[in-house]
Amino acid sequence: MTTGTVFFALLLYAATLLGVAGLAWRIRDYARTPAPLKIPTTPAPTTTGGVVLRMMREVFLFESLFKANLWIWLFGWMFHVSLALVLARHLRYFTEPVWFWVGWVQPFGMYGGLAMVVGLAGLWARRFLVERIRYISTPSDHLMLVLLLGIGISGLSMKFLDHTDIVSLKAFALGLILFDWQPLPAHPVLYVHLFLVALLIGIFPYSKLLHAPGLFFSPGRNQSDNPRERRHLADWAAKLEKAKL
Amino acid sequence: MAAAPITAPPIKPYPVIPILEAGAMAGTKSFPANAQIQEALGFPGELVEDWHDKAIDKMGELLGKYRSLKVYLDACVHCGACTDKCHYFLGTGDPKNMPVARQDLLRKVYRRHFTWSGKLFPKLVGAEDLTKDVLDDWYSYFNQCSECRRCSVFCPYGIDTAEITMAAREIMDSIGLGTKYTNEIIGKVHKVGNNLGLPGPALEDTLSSLEEDLKEETGLDIRIPLNEKGAEVLLITPSADFFAEPHVYSLMGYAKVFHAAGIPWTLSTYASEAANFGMFIGNYGQMQKIATRVREAVLDLGAKRLVVGECGHAWRAAYSFWNTLIGPFDFLDPNYPVPQHICELTYDLIQRGAIAFDKSANDKYVVTFHDSCNVARGSRMGGMPGGQFEIPRAIVRAVANKFVEMYPDSIREKTFCCGGGGGILTDDLMEVRVKGALPRMEALQAVVDSDGVNFMATICAICKAQFSKVLPYYKFNMSMVGGVHQLVGNAIRLGPK
Ligand code: HEM
Ligand code: SF4
Ligand code: SF4
Repeated sequence: MTTGTVFFALLLYAATLLGVAGLAWRIRDYARTPAPLKIPTTPAPTTTGGVVLRMMREVFLFESLFKANLWIWLFGWMFHVSLALVLARHLRYFTEPVWFWVGWVQPFGMYGGLAMVVGLAGLWARRFLVERIRYISTPSDHLMLVLLLGIGISGLSMKFLDHTDIVSLKAFALGLILFDWQPLPAHPVLYVHLFLVALLIGIFPYSKLLHAPGLFFSPGRNQSDNPRERRHLADWAAKLEKAKL
Repeated sequence: MAAAPITAPPIKPYPVIPILEAGAMAGTKSFPANAQIQEALGFPGELVEDWHDKAIDKMGELLGKYRSLKVYLDACVHCGACTDKCHYFLGTGDPKNMPVARQDLLRKVYRRHFTWSGKLFPKLVGAEDLTKDVLDDWYSYFNQCSECRRCSVFCPYGIDTAEITMAAREIMDSIGLGTKYTNEIIGKVHKVGNNLGLPGPALEDTLSSLEEDLKEETGLDIRIPLNEKGAEVLLITPSADFFAEPHVYSLMGYAKVFHAAGIPWTLSTYASEAANFGMFIGNYGQMQKIATRVREAVLDLGAKRLVVGECGHAWRAAYSFWNTLIGPFDFLDPNYPVPQHICELTYDLIQRGAIAFDKSANDKYVVTFHDSCNVARGSRMGGMPGGQFEIPRAIVRAVANKFVEMYPDSIREKTFCCGGGGGILTDDLMEVRVKGALPRMEALQAVVDSDGVNFMATICAICKAQFSKVLPYYKFNMSMVGGVHQLVGNAIRLGPK
């Protein structure tokens, strides 16, 4: 077992723990915080089914963003769809035998990697070129894009320039899942790639990446528009009411 | 402040995103409330000694009470989609009037005190301590947001700056920093029953003189009843309807509708106000206390239906919040929605053929319709999403021959606030009001030029007051604005059918 293997195995475990535990804590916190008033941005669906549809349009199509700004939508949507494809493609390292649909997305995943980098580059360019967005950008906004670009570019360069030993890598990945460690190929670009990925997973719940779970908890989007038909009362508001009676 | 004359920004043929002018509006501040006003609402009379800790504590309390606040402070990715959506930014160019930048004033303190990243790496994530300068910015810019929710339409996560503004105002109130305009008015409602502080006898006088006007105009005994027990409908309307122009014309319009349809109705002195400024300061308790007068009045008068007059935020409060705050309304007639908007009532009568119109009475007008922000994005009318857009338009079309829409990005859910909502409708913020009206004025100018529009109908007391004041700055006639029920009143057929 090389130092590299041990280091990355421990790093990835730690990052996953930090990421998953943090995410669970945030989600639990969101779920437990009451929404005392009906505040969907109207016009809003009047039924739960309608809300599910609205949410799906936001998650898969970025509907509101589309209405707001075509450039952000274009680069943002391109980046996210590509990211989803790339993640799906990566499942081949974690499944044995490889699930049939993971096999299908392989070629798309490859273009996805390229499109992801283009999308990220577009988003990053906006942070320099558009005065308003330059004004609101913090260092972490830039670094988040750099991090994802770093992941994308190191990944692509292993695909197109400097191949690594995929077979051993898969053994390493499966080994992590089964707690039966296998050696990680000693490959500098792979080291960079994995390090950045660990960083991304680790900071997920402590950064603006909370937008992903946040969307599902946004009262402006997840509430149905039926305040006249159904009385909506949060616990603390109900207690207030009781205390007054 | 020095009385430099306020000039309106130039109207451009199409909206242009302004170049940033940092700090342009930093010095424009709503007059602070004095100790007497503050203490009447249970707030500290002046900035408390330990304001920093108190403010952070209050923020923590609100984070536990409002999921909106917590999720919205976490979720923003600084994508920038909202940056050019606020009328105050478009009118002033001040970057802190961009919705996300306005939120960031609160967010940076949230990050510093409530997130690990902000505690460990403040510079990296844009976290900052709550200094006196930051507090000054809060006071300036959270009192330059009309809580119109336009930004929330465009944000990919529905982040609603209005929620952030409300939280910020609640925090500021709790440490002694309220605004004179809003908090004084809330005090008046608690004391007298309406925002104007119009006592019962004065209200009675005003209404009977309006009845005389109606008699003169129509030759009929059209009543505007007050405190009449057993009337079927209790109408709750903004108090501006009782005396301000053009608001009174809508009140007379409602009276004509009730008269023509033969529906017994009444106003109440005790609850002579539809507006609920408790919403503007994000204060649940104040909002509930104001609304409670309505519940008490309807029970006391024994009315069977609750109808709300033309007012935007009042309709949001009534439609979206009353059931929560002062419901349930199981003692009212279940055949009608509770509460019901006056436009829903009129529309329903039109559908049933219970009232009829002589449209030519409005032929002097080419009408356009300004969607009021709170109606458009915080409420509904009728059974279908979007009824709040269709129903008022259907009424206008039923009572006037010439109707023109303003450009699509300025109406319906994308409507621009008049510039005076959310507690901004005060003379000390005149500059904010004039500049914030720019996007609406540009849209209006376009239809004035293309179609000769000379009447902008709306269903909000604040819109009416704001436009009456601001239209002249843009070289329009102030009487171009009026209520939908003003048009209804012009055209409705009265007398024996
Ligand atoms: C439910 C899943 C998700 C949804 C609906 C979603 C949606 C969005 C939207 C609408 C934007 C704004 C547009 C843009 O700038 O791209 C955005 C930004 C962003 N998203 Fe996501 N996202 C999701 C998951 C993720 C994940 C898993 C990651 C990364 C691991 C991610 C990373 C980012 C980043 C870094 C930005 C900011 C881009 C910038 O700086 O301009 N998102 N997301
Ligand atoms: S709620 Fe309206 S006024 Fe406030 S920031 Fe958003 S768009 Fe501007
Ligand atoms: S649109 Fe939403 S996520 Fe994007 S910057 Fe504005 S508030 Fe933040």
